[in-house]
Amino acid sequence: MSNKTDASEINKLSDCKKSHVVKVLKLNAPSELKQRLISFGIMKESIIEVLKYSTSKNTMEIKVGKTRIALRAQEAALIEVVKL
Amino acid sequence: MTTDVKTCPITANHIKIALVGQPNVGKSMLINSVSNAHLHVGNFSGVTVDKTEVLFDYKNYHFTVVDLPGTYALNEYTIEEKVTSDYLSEYDYDLIVNVVDSTNLEKNLQLTSELMSVDKKMVIALNMSDEAVKEGINISGSYMSQLLGISCVKVSAVTKEGIADLIDAIIEEFEATSVEHKLIFSEAVEEEIFKVVDYLLKHKYKDSNSYRNIAINLLKNNKTTYAKLHDNPIWTELQLILIEASKHIELHHDTDDVKEAFASEYASFNRGIVAEVLKQDKEIKKKTLTDKIDNVLIHQLFGIPIFLFLMWGLFQLTFEVGVIPMEYIDGFFGWFGDTVGATISNEDIRSLVVDGIISGVGAVILFVPNIMILFVGIALLESTGYMARVAFLLDGFFHKFGLHGQSFIPLVTGFGCSIPAYMSARILKNDRDRLLTLFIIGFMSCGARLPVYVLFAGAFFSEDMAGNILFIIYISGALIGLIAAKILKLTAFKGVDEPFVMEMPKYRLPSFKLIWHTVMTKTWMYLRKAGTYIAAASMLVWFLSNYPHNLSLQESYQSKIERALSEDEKSKLQNKLSQELLEQSYLGTIGRFSMPIFEPLGFDWKMSVALQTGLAAKEVVVSTLGVLYSLGNDVNEESNSLIATISKNIPFASAVAFIVVIMIYLPCLAASVVFTREAGGIKYFFYLLAFTSIAAYGLAFIAYNIALMLT
Repeated sequence: MSNKTDASEINKLSDCKKSHVVKVLKLNAPSELKQRLISFGIMKESIIEVLKYSTSKNTMEIKVGKTRIALRAQEAALIEVVKL
Repeated sequence: MTTDVKTCPITANHIKIALVGQPNVGKSMLINSVSNAHLHVGNFSGVTVDKTEVLFDYKNYHFTVVDLPGTYALNEYTIEEKVTSDYLSEYDYDLIVNVVDSTNLEKNLQLTSELMSVDKKMVIALNMSDEAVKEGINISGSYMSQLLGISCVKVSAVTKEGIADLIDAIIEEFEATSVEHKLIFSEAVEEEIFKVVDYLLKHKYKDSNSYRNIAINLLKNNKTTYAKLHDNPIWTELQLILIEASKHIELHHDTDDVKEAFASEYASFNRGIVAEVLKQDKEIKKKTLTDKIDNVLIHQLFGIPIFLFLMWGLFQLTFEVGVIPMEYIDGFFGWFGDTVGATISNEDIRSLVVDGIISGVGAVILFVPNIMILFVGIALLESTGYMARVAFLLDGFFHKFGLHGQSFIPLVTGFGCSIPAYMSARILKNDRDRLLTLFIIGFMSCGARLPVYVLFAGAFFSEDMAGNILFIIYISGALIGLIAAKILKLTAFKGVDEPFVMEMPKYRLPSFKLIWHTVMTKTWMYLRKAGTYIAAASMLVWFLSNYPHNLSLQESYQSKIERALSEDEKSKLQNKLSQELLEQSYLGTIGRFSMPIFEPLGFDWKMSVALQTGLAAKEVVVSTLGVLYSLGNDVNEESNSLIATISKNIPFASAVAFIVVIMIYLPCLAASVVFTREAGGIKYFFYLLAFTSIAAYGLAFIAYNIALMLT
């Protein structure tokens, strides 16, 4: 399914705007961080809603299922997503 | 009771439970509801993060519940996860009680499915079922039990609904023969599991865990299972099977990471379970209460000001309300010292008990009200869910200085007292971040340094300026701390930044009982630990400043005092005597000996001694200065004559340097001991000693010379 998506729609999670709803395509994080993301429910096929950015835009709040998660833009850049 | 229960008859009525769950599922609260009566709470020593053990009796059974730290998964990412995962695989216990949050079942089941391949009986507590009902979530516990092969009991720690059912289910599970959990994977994985199981069967491999579980653990690269099988002769062939299997599974999931593949397997299994057992009645509301509160509390513009205001409020409370009982506590210890002193005839022993132990311990107990208020504040921050928000708000700013968003709690606590601050640094997951925070906490001026600041600000500045000077001292301490963090991060704690991925829990009203319990436990720990160290330190300072005795000096003064004509002259002589006695005491010798070191900062030997006694506790600095500047022991920060003496005897530049040293060097003996324990080794204490001493000396030297130029 991922090979059918238009390349221009594929983004880093960190590039998404507030209230965007996206689907995870790939986790480019190193193994440890990947495990961490997975244990929070951020894995292939998960649906993510971008909720908020902090004042400095360095940190973002997202929602996966019913869970709210805060993460740095730096880590979010390792998550490849496609906009829904 | 069935006949095939394996347990020894003597221990048959003991049930040891490992309580496991993700963070914020109400585990501690559940423990409180289950073991209603008097709790025995003990902390395991030697571990960085606490496992708490609770004992209670029910029907004819003794229960021991080990409350393991909340963990999202068993992959040893954080200290908590490691503690939990080690406990589950290495310790001896009867069954696992997995607490899950019914309002977020799918995410919680991720841990559950990992627990299912641990070789233990298990009961699932579907906690917060009352909240779930309110949100229109309907879970069929019995159907879920049937699907998973694990009894699932709906409970609510808040309303105590289902608690009895849960204990009954635990007893039933304990008495039953072990049941195979029903964890089903995709065809590809099942195929590989079958191959491994088949191989183990053929070679009659012996293990307490089932072949299926062993196969699952091997396929998902579980370290302990690997280690177990590694030295077995069957390993050579098994390894080949496993390599093939991994390839197959990874191919099936289009990934190069078998753990990721298993995570997807678990996720789809859990989705299946949730789809079967969970019915959502009402429409999910677009905006939950948490969303609404978050719109205010983590607002892009107002979030940080609101936080600062709340912190300011907490400090106001801590100091304003904490001061009220102080007077009584102080009075009590004064009276207690006099009363006890009157019963001891031996002068030396009386002095040791009254001046050493009672006044030293009294000084610590004096701060208990402040510390309790601070603990209540922190418990509220923790249990409502606000703490995660603050970490979110501050992470960007803190990150610039190499600190982690979650460092703020220990740093803020540090303004009260460094001891609880060092302990609360445990919330930081990563060792490097935790150590960095531990090193910085001392820069946040603790309450005990306040008397010194008040004394010096009063001596050198007018009354209306003194308050601002105090504020400047506190703020510059914090700023120096942040800069020190940056320097340490660039040098000693260099390394990859710790990722900041954190759950923002739902806002919840805190339970009064739980907060009370937490605060009491922490306060008791403070009293016990700090009390013992402070008592020891007080005895040491007392000894060093009282010995060796010089009888001839005392006698010559005694006769002079007797011959003195006026009361005034008598007290003057008395002060002179204590000063001379002090000068020839061990402490005086140390002071003169260390003089050359402190001369470049403009300190005389008395200031040098005060700094050194201050290593025991900062409160001691003021009383030492008082004694040394011949005013007797009865000196506090309000003593106007001491203020006058200080402004007369100490040059302004020396005073500035002195304040800078007080701001930066080691907080106190008790805090140093706690620091050493929390940092995990004596070598860190020496690093801290070197770091703070060099920083204090260097900055004080600079400050001294600048102040010299200005005056």
